[in-house]
Amino acid sequence: MAIYGTALLAFCLLLGTVIGKLIGQAIGISANVGGVGIAMLLLVVICGRLQRSGAMPMPTQGGILFWSSIYIPIVVGMAASQDVRAAITGGPAAAFAGIVTVAVCFAMVPVISSIGRPDPKQGAER
Amino acid sequence: MTALWPVVESVLVKYSLVTAFLFIGSIVWGSYAISRRLTNGRIHGSAIAIMVGLALAYLGGISTGGTKGIADIGCLAGVGLMGGAMLRDLAIVATAFGARLEEFLDTGASGIVSLLAGVFISFSVGALVAYAFGYRDAVSMTTIGGGAATYIVGPVTGTALEASSEVIALSVATGLVKSILVMVLTPYVANWIGLDDPRSALIFGGLMGTTSGVAGGLAATDERLVPYGAMTATFYTGLGCLLGPSVVFLIIQAIVGSASLAP
Repeated sequence: MAIYGTALLAFCLLLGTVIGKLIGQAIGISANVGGVGIAMLLLVVICGRLQRSGAMPMPTQGGILFWSSIYIPIVVGMAASQDVRAAITGGPAAAFAGIVTVAVCFAMVPVISSIGRPDPKQGAER
Repeated sequence: MTALWPVVESVLVKYSLVTAFLFIGSIVWGSYAISRRLTNGRIHGSAIAIMVGLALAYLGGISTGGTKGIADIGCLAGVGLMGGAMLRDLAIVATAFGARLEEFLDTGASGIVSLLAGVFISFSVGALVAYAFGYRDAVSMTTIGGGAATYIVGPVTGTALEASSEVIALSVATGLVKSILVMVLTPYVANWIGLDDPRSALIFGGLMGTTSGVAGGLAATDERLVPYGAMTATFYTGLGCLLGPSVVFLIIQAIVGSASLAP
């Protein structure tokens, strides 16, 4: 049943968020450190095991795939509920700081990508 | 006839999440139609939909004076729920379904390097721009630098360092500008910066850090890259909140000195 998949997804998100909050608390900040990332790892690991043992029928997968497929509309909803007015009226300092940061970080992507990229000639060696 | 709208509105308000599904669904449908017919598919439908969403958020902001974009309009409050952290995180986690664990683990080291580089670069650039605009005390520079990390790191750092509310507001605005730019620009720079595989997406997420920017930007570039970018971005805000008021502040204070305190 689809709800099994959705329930598993919910379990991973809740557990990941709790762990993220606990990590935050342990290092003394009131933020969720990597909760979503931990939840994603949980989902990948649990689903991988279930699929290998054949305990993941199509309807169960459907309960997860629906949320994955509705991701873009949710991001559009997120965009539509941002405080764009504050960003635009924040003044030149905010605009300038934002623009320069994004430009520098974009430019850093290929730089860091090239560090430690596995050499195709060396095959499996990492 | 005059009594019709109040009836419709009361239903739309009561069923706000359902209203949001219809509203966002219409935007996405229209955006994909524009993408196909007017741009021949050159501009991805989701990129157009995100830009339409941002434009509507601006209109909502100026017409209501609120901070939640279009969701401040009564009958569209459900858009805030649909696009809020709860469902957004659920959907982001769902995108990881089908990804392979090895792909995450293989790039672990680059992910950590990109996170540290992303946090320190954002703080440095933000602090330098703050200095150039006349905010020359260590507290204000660190706070605005935090805003250049994300719009959560800025106020968290500013509150910890007791920055003025003007500076905190500026740091939030800086973070919002960053997040919106990443959402809008990513599909256009993707080729140029080699953003085309899980590994580069993971590094991209760590460097940019803004979860909403990365989530929107990668969705408009290539949906398959979303889980990798979101994975590292989700650690960024926590790392920024940790390093900002501590290490970064001490470094900036050591450079500019503590002589000129905030007014």
